[in-house]
Amino acid sequence: MKRVVTMFGRTMLSRKMLGSKILGRKILGRKILGAALVLGLSTAVSSAQTLKKVQDRGALLCGVSQGLPGFSSPDDKGNWTGFDVDVCRAVAAAVFNDPAKVKFLPLSAKDRFTALQSGEIDMLARNSTWTSSRDASLGISFTAVNYYDGQGFIVRKSLKVNSALELNGASICVQTGTTTELNLADYFRSNNMKYEVIAFVTADETVKAYEAGRCDAFSTDVSQLYAERLKLSSPGDHVVLPEIISKEPLAPAVRRGDDQWLTLVKWVQFAMLNAEELGVSSKTIDEALKSTQPEIKRLVGTEGTYGEQLGLTKDWVVRIVKQVGNYGEVFDRNVGTGSKLGISRGLNRLWTKGGIQYAPPIR
Amino acid sequence: MRRQSANSGVETPPPFAVIYNPKVRSALYQFALVLALLWLAYHFAVNATANLGARNIASGLGFFSNTAGFGVNLSLIPYDETDSYGRAFLVGLLNTLLVSGMGIVLATLLGFAIGIGRLSSNWLVARIAGSYVELIRNLPLLFQILFWYLAVLSTLPGPRQSLSLLGAIFINNRGLVVPTFRQTEGFGYVVAALSLGALATIALGLWARRMRDRTGRGIPILGKGAALIVGLPLAIFVAAGLPAEVELPRIVGFNFVGGTRVIPEFVALLIALTTYTASFIAEIVRAGILAVPRGQTEAGLALGLRRGQLLRLVLLPQALRVIVPPLTNQYLNLTKNSSLAVAIGYPDLFAVFAGTTLNQTGQAIEIIAITMAVYLSLSLATSILMNWYNSRIGLIDR
Repeated sequence: MKRVVTMFGRTMLSRKMLGSKILGRKILGRKILGAALVLGLSTAVSSAQTLKKVQDRGALLCGVSQGLPGFSSPDDKGNWTGFDVDVCRAVAAAVFNDPAKVKFLPLSAKDRFTALQSGEIDMLARNSTWTSSRDASLGISFTAVNYYDGQGFIVRKSLKVNSALELNGASICVQTGTTTELNLADYFRSNNMKYEVIAFVTADETVKAYEAGRCDAFSTDVSQLYAERLKLSSPGDHVVLPEIISKEPLAPAVRRGDDQWLTLVKWVQFAMLNAEELGVSSKTIDEALKSTQPEIKRLVGTEGTYGEQLGLTKDWVVRIVKQVGNYGEVFDRNVGTGSKLGISRGLNRLWTKGGIQYAPPIR
Repeated sequence: MRRQSANSGVETPPPFAVIYNPKVRSALYQFALVLALLWLAYHFAVNATANLGARNIASGLGFFSNTAGFGVNLSLIPYDETDSYGRAFLVGLLNTLLVSGMGIVLATLLGFAIGIGRLSSNWLVARIAGSYVELIRNLPLLFQILFWYLAVLSTLPGPRQSLSLLGAIFINNRGLVVPTFRQTEGFGYVVAALSLGALATIALGLWARRMRDRTGRGIPILGKGAALIVGLPLAIFVAAGLPAEVELPRIVGFNFVGGTRVIPEFVALLIALTTYTASFIAEIVRAGILAVPRGQTEAGLALGLRRGQLLRLVLLPQALRVIVPPLTNQYLNLTKNSSLAVAIGYPDLFAVFAGTTLNQTGQAIEIIAITMAVYLSLSLATSILMNWYNSRIGLIDR
């Protein structure tokens, strides 16, 4: 049984790595496959220990978005880069001491949770909003918020709209299967405004429709708006409106029922935050190894057995920080001031610097 | 016992086990197969329930009454975000039925026209019909849907630069906007006149047929019928003091307000489904007509029938027997293909229910099973209807 599942996983993977565009029929195929897995073969999946399975396989299967600059997108050589991608790379670095041992599966918003439920992926790092119903009824567990986001709108400058409250009667493009669809409905209803929603399956279709003028505005999480704006033919003609209409805590997720794996993925994220807080970066990691400060010693494993407790090695944080970087480095490199997106840290600053990113201590 | 008596006088064959009786054996095999299938279904159900429970994935059909919370841009019934998933399901189902139903009617008309055109003695008409069939049926449907949506309809101007017909009908990249007619007091008379006209036309038709059967001379009723159905209500409409008002669409803010709008997603999907299916229907029609022996045409011409009459009275009734069964297949294909709507954001059953609803509730098994059941029911209903029609037009041996 277990073998069948793995083989399924691999075949699906190779097909997707070809970069085939996911079309309506394929989605049905995948849904049915997902349902079939849950129906018949899943006993093996749920009882298996994810960490052991990942180690045996020699690679982490990570679900990401289908190409969102800054978060997860393949470059011209097929290497995936981005903020979400680095979450997976950090887990791979901690487990294998090699951030390259990840296989990325691009998933549409609509398919992402089914893929995780059915065991097609080990973890999902796809700018997914943590909500109560997703937590309670999807059979998945969110690990820790790695990006505090909110929903906004992008419009053409030529419309001369300065506020989302001026969008009464507008046509708005969204991606289906997202919290965006629901927030949009709430926002317009609570402000007594009318709107027309056109929902597409992939982000690309949504942006294409917006660019073609099918909609007046395109709505999604603000971080994505900045990323998608880069894909427009003349990004300067479009403006992101100031209103943030929702709370979107984005977090990676794992399948429910494997606490060891949940803890591991969660603490990889916390380790990166703690590293930034203690000033340990990929550049200063060698000095940190010689540090006498107890907090840093616990972090880099020169004191205690915190890595082993998680099912990893003593130097797990060293592996992560050396090969991927701390939270601040990852943020700046992919979406922050060091990237094309140029998003300011905002809420995602550390709690010591006026933000709300706060990790429990390693001890 | 019977065997023994039949073999009386001859040596009694050695007794053999009842299991070697072919009838018993076949029944046994069938019973075993049914049992195995039932066991498999039971196993699936139990396994799924256990796994879903163990992983904390919601199950059951309770979600139908929960608030959907998402908007849909085309709905034949009143719907807003506060309605339930059950209602969203209905909205999606009706949208699927709308595009499939209209697609079937239009594809049939277009398909028959092209199929007949391909057999035309006019060289140009036959070549155009032939090229149409070869071009359209050999391109993937999804490609054609995207072509109409992205390459044709998207290039239309925005709402403020709409193409306008008489200042009442507008075409832009948000769709086709037409004026709405709203009835006011006194409109009931017009409806009554229309029904009266229709009934009178039917009576007239029956009378005309009886006269033709009796005298052998046809009585043309087209003009009279038109006068009754169109003229009578129109006269009453004017006499009642024009009891209707026209609501002209006008642009307010971003979009048109007032009037009725046909969204481009619907138009693109309908055009693509219609033209694609019509190319197959055309070939079926051509095959059906060619299957009628040539003698029938010659006999019809010898009787002095005109080309149109020959086609309508002699060829088509016989061709239909060949046409209808494969035509059913095309109707089923069109209905199923309508689920490609998801590619361009047309809110059909597949997009609204097996898409958004599935994603929000996470109940893949229930929703996929229901969606399959719906498409299956639609297909079976179409089949039953077409089979009934087929048996009605079949040759009746007298």
